[in-house]
Amino acid sequence: MSVLPFFVREYYVEILIIFLINLILAVSYRLIATTGDWTLCHIVVMGVGAYASALMAKHFGWPFWMTMPLAGVTAGLIGFAIVYPMLRTVGFGFFIASLAIGEFVRLCWVKFHTPFGGPRGMINIDEVGKLGSIDFYDAIPYYFMTLVITMGCLFIMYRIDISRIGKAFKSIYQDDILAESIGINVARYRSFAFVIGSFFAGIAGALLAHRLGAIDPHIFILDEMVYLLVWVVVGGSATFRGPIIGVVVMTLLFEWTRPMLEWRPLLFGVILIGFLIFMPGGLESLIPKFKSLFGNRKGAQAKAEKLTESEKSIV
Amino acid sequence: MAIFEVKNLCKNFGGLTAVNQLNLKVDEGEIRGVIGPNGAGKTTLFNIICGVYKPTTGKILYQGKEISGLKSNQIAKKGVVRTFQRTALFHQFTVLDNVLVASHLQYKGGLFSTIFGTNQSLDMEQEKKAMEIIEFLGLSDLKDELAGNLPHGHQRALGIAVALASKPKLIMLDEPVTGMDPTETHHITDLIKKIRDEWGMTILLVEHDMKVVMSICDKITVLSFGEKLAEGSPNQILENSEVIEAYLGGEDVVALLGGEEVVA
Repeated sequence: MSVLPFFVREYYVEILIIFLINLILAVSYRLIATTGDWTLCHIVVMGVGAYASALMAKHFGWPFWMTMPLAGVTAGLIGFAIVYPMLRTVGFGFFIASLAIGEFVRLCWVKFHTPFGGPRGMINIDEVGKLGSIDFYDAIPYYFMTLVITMGCLFIMYRIDISRIGKAFKSIYQDDILAESIGINVARYRSFAFVIGSFFAGIAGALLAHRLGAIDPHIFILDEMVYLLVWVVVGGSATFRGPIIGVVVMTLLFEWTRPMLEWRPLLFGVILIGFLIFMPGGLESLIPKFKSLFGNRKGAQAKAEKLTESEKSIV
Repeated sequence: MAIFEVKNLCKNFGGLTAVNQLNLKVDEGEIRGVIGPNGAGKTTLFNIICGVYKPTTGKILYQGKEISGLKSNQIAKKGVVRTFQRTALFHQFTVLDNVLVASHLQYKGGLFSTIFGTNQSLDMEQEKKAMEIIEFLGLSDLKDELAGNLPHGHQRALGIAVALASKPKLIMLDEPVTGMDPTETHHITDLIKKIRDEWGMTILLVEHDMKVVMSICDKITVLSFGEKLAEGSPNQILENSEVIEAYLGGEDVVALLGGEEVVA
């Protein structure tokens, strides 16, 4: 990842930057989904970060180093406002409610010309600027900056995922009644997951806004949300690596299908349905299968024996 | 001293009265059995105590303070935890993770140290405590096994481990030996006694297996159609003609119990 940009055309460096931003987006989406809450407003929350960062840069003249974390905080706060009324819903209800609230936020950008610029959005968003002699306007420095930020975000989300908090998230998904009965505050953890996920989506939004230099409400429409869903479904959401695999595979597919642009939504729709039916665990669910196929068979055998043995000497 | 008290508890579901004017007093360190025919309101009583349902009228006091109306997780925080009639586990977690998640109330680390794992000794301590509970239930060989892959008897035992891990003072067991063979039943019965004797917990037990109830309970409350039919020591219950009529099934009860010495 660190030498790649020197060997490819500038166009592909741009693709790589978007790829990294998508990584943050997909992994933060999965973080929310570990509690069992699948949302349809994650792209909009990312838009909140993008707009927040752009507004702060334009109106207050704050540097990117300040606006990016603040964009995350803004997205987290808006995320809390979004999730709070939705805590009463679960599953499909949550899914649809998030769509409605997301669309409400997006329409605010369309309808309010000040400060959001209405349907045409905001242009001339300030560049990231220079650090010494490095100008982040160029693709390669921006790529490296994004790489560092992405790695930082992924590291924090990974730590959350394997921590006690991540386990509490997953326990809610598996059995919320049991989780509540042993003292886990389900509502608090669900909103915490949503806020953290929104924070990182906001960071991703800030990175996007300052790279594109212009944003409008159309960037954050439902179609983009469906692409995000496809990444997570194709990769799988059970483990941390799932959405990463999903983004890698689907980005490659996205680029390969560039010549047949008008067929792409159809193709991706077929992929989504195919995965939901034939491989609901996503691509990552293949990894343990391959491991057991080629891996240490003796180990697996010993494990099975151990289980039956303890079954005999019951409890 | 009564650690736990139910006062004039009523619960209506529409026109149906599931629990009617129930009074219950449980002393600290007691094993209290709650028995009754199906539909007598035993599980409903548990659900009300745990905050799943709100009582229509009446009060529930724990250590002298009212807990009715609180949410499940708040009640658990105060030290009242239940197990479930169904096999309730986190099936995709290992045995160890099941217990670790459940012990989360005991965890005293801050947000930063939790996320970045900077307080290793705290994590080690937490894991050690979890292992103690797993060992106590005889599951230490299986600690890395997925809970969903365990045989039924182990899963039931793990269900109790999960409840124990949240360190309650009052633990409510909803049919802990359902679907178990005699050896497993015996093992769980011993465990329940140990939980009281060694861990000093108070136990509220709903169970249909009369042998189990008669052998370990200090006192038994009999419910029928949501009302208290009788209360007393196992011997008193066995001799109570109303109870035999309503629940134990006529005069065959002694034969049903196999003529064994049922009162420990």
